[in-house]
Amino acid sequence: MTDPSSHERAERFAEQIEAGPTRSIEEHRRASRRSFMTGGVATVAAIAGFRHLQNRPQIDNAPDLLRKGYEFNEGVWRRLSTATHSPTFDASERGELRVNGRIGVRDEIDLDAWTLTVLGPDGEQLDELRIDDVRALGEHTIVWEHKCIEGWSQIVGWTGAKFADFAARYDVDHEYVALATPDRRYYVGLDKAAALHDQTLLAWALNDEPLTQLHGAPLRLATPVKYGIKQLKRIGTIAFTNEPPPDYWAERGYSYYSGL
Amino acid sequence: MTNAVLAEPATEDPRIAREHHPRAIRWMHWINFPILMVMIWSGLRIYWANDVYALTIAGRTIFPFFPESVYEPLNLNSKLAKGLAFHFTFGWFFTLNGIAYVLYLATSGQWRHLVPDRFALKESTAVVLHDLHLRGEAPAQGRYNAAQRLSYSIIVVLGGVVVATGLAMFKPAQLHLLTSLFGGYETARAIHFGTTLAFMAFFGVHVAQVIKSGWSNFASMVTGYKVTGHKVTGHKVTEHKVTEHKVTASEERG
Repeated sequence: MTDPSSHERAERFAEQIEAGPTRSIEEHRRASRRSFMTGGVATVAAIAGFRHLQNRPQIDNAPDLLRKGYEFNEGVWRRLSTATHSPTFDASERGELRVNGRIGVRDEIDLDAWTLTVLGPDGEQLDELRIDDVRALGEHTIVWEHKCIEGWSQIVGWTGAKFADFAARYDVDHEYVALATPDRRYYVGLDKAAALHDQTLLAWALNDEPLTQLHGAPLRLATPVKYGIKQLKRIGTIAFTNEPPPDYWAERGYSYYSGL
Repeated sequence: MTNAVLAEPATEDPRIAREHHPRAIRWMHWINFPILMVMIWSGLRIYWANDVYALTIAGRTIFPFFPESVYEPLNLNSKLAKGLAFHFTFGWFFTLNGIAYVLYLATSGQWRHLVPDRFALKESTAVVLHDLHLRGEAPAQGRYNAAQRLSYSIIVVLGGVVVATGLAMFKPAQLHLLTSLFGGYETARAIHFGTTLAFMAFFGVHVAQVIKSGWSNFASMVTGYKVTGHKVTGHKVTEHKVTEHKVTASEERG
C-alpha cells in the first residue's frame, strides 16, 4: 500500500458498509424466506404476464394492450408540436431511393388517363383533378431524409404542391385524410396535423426527375413527418374524413400514427 | 471475561446480517432485468428488417450482425410489427425505471457506493488482474470494488445513451435537435445498436461474475442482507469471514 490515503480509504469503505442496518440471524432467515417467496411469485407473475400479453385479443394484428401502447405514444407525441420543420439537406447529398413497396402500383397505368378524385366527409365528390390542376397549386422542392419503418433512410428531394394548399381549396371540416391507390389495394389514413404540415407535399418529381410508376407516378404523398408506409404512391382518391380511415399497415400490426 | 462468554446460551449464533442492497435497488434491479430482455429481444426483431451492421476488419466481414443461426432459434425473423409494438411500449417502462433508479441513488446517498472515485480507474485494472488470478491481493473496497463501480456507473450512462438515441430515431422530426446531437439519424441508429451490444456484453460478464461470486452474494440481491461474522462491530474493524468465532467481551463492548 504505497498510497498514503489508501488506509484512510479502507477505513472509509468499512464505515460505509457498517453504516447499513443489521438484523439478527433468526430474523434474517425469516425475512430471506419471505424475500425468496416474493421473488418466486414475481417471477411466475412476470412470465405469466408476458404470455398473457401476447395472447391477448388482437386488434388489427397487434395484442390489444400493445395497441394501447401505440395509442399512448400517439397521445404523447401529438401533444408536442408537429409544426417543427424537419431538417432539410443540400441537393448534393441526395441519393437514389429504393423501390420498397409495390402494392397498388404493380401494374402500369395510362398516366394521361389518370385523374384524382376528391371526396368529402360524407363520401360526396368534391372535385376531380387532372395533374395540371394539381401543378397549378404551386411548386415546392424540399430535400429531406426519407425514413422507412424497416430502419433504413435516404436523403431525397421531392417536388410538388403543398398538401395544405390543396386542402385550402375545399372548405371542409375534417380530422383525417384518407388516401388510396386507384385500384384501392393500398390505402392510408393520415391525421390532419401531418397532412397539413408545411413540408407535406403532393409530389410529382423525385430528385428532379418525374416520378417513375414504381415510385408513384403521376402523384404521390411525400412527408418528412411520417414513415414511408404512410407516403402513398399513385394517389387515386383523397377523402377528408372525421373518422380514422382504414390504413393498410395499421391493419397488419403497425402503429396507425407512425409519426416521426 | 470467560464467565461472560460461558453465560451466553451455547446455541446462539454469533453472526449477524447486514444490509447490502436496499429494497428499492433490489426491486428496480429485478424489474429492469425482464424489461431489458424484452427491449433487446424486440429491438432485434426491428433490427432484423434492415440488418446492415457487421464486424469487419480491413473490408472483410468477420461476423455479420446477425447470422441466420442467431435469428432463427430466437424467432426474430419477419416480426417487425411485433417488435415495434413491444419496443415502443416497454421503452417507457425501461426509461421510467431508469429515471427512478437514478433519482433514488441521488437522493438516498446510495450513489456513494457506486460512483467511482479518482482511484477507480487505476484500481479497476488491479481488480481485473486479481479476478484473473494474475495478482494476489485485491484492492480495498466498499460495497463494490473499483471495477464494479466503473461498470455499474457506465451502464447507467449507457442506459441514458440508449434511451436518447432511441428517441432520436423514434422522433427525428419532432426531436431533430436530439437527432443532430448524435450526428444524425444513421449515426443515432449505429450508436443505439452499439450500446445494445455493450448491454449484452455487460449482461454476460455480470452473470458470469455473479455465478463466480457464489450463492450468498446472489441471495443478497434478493434478500438485501449479507451474513457477517460480527454481532457488534467496533471502530475500524474491516469485514472478514468468521465461521467458528466466539464473541469476546472486548468486541461486545466495542
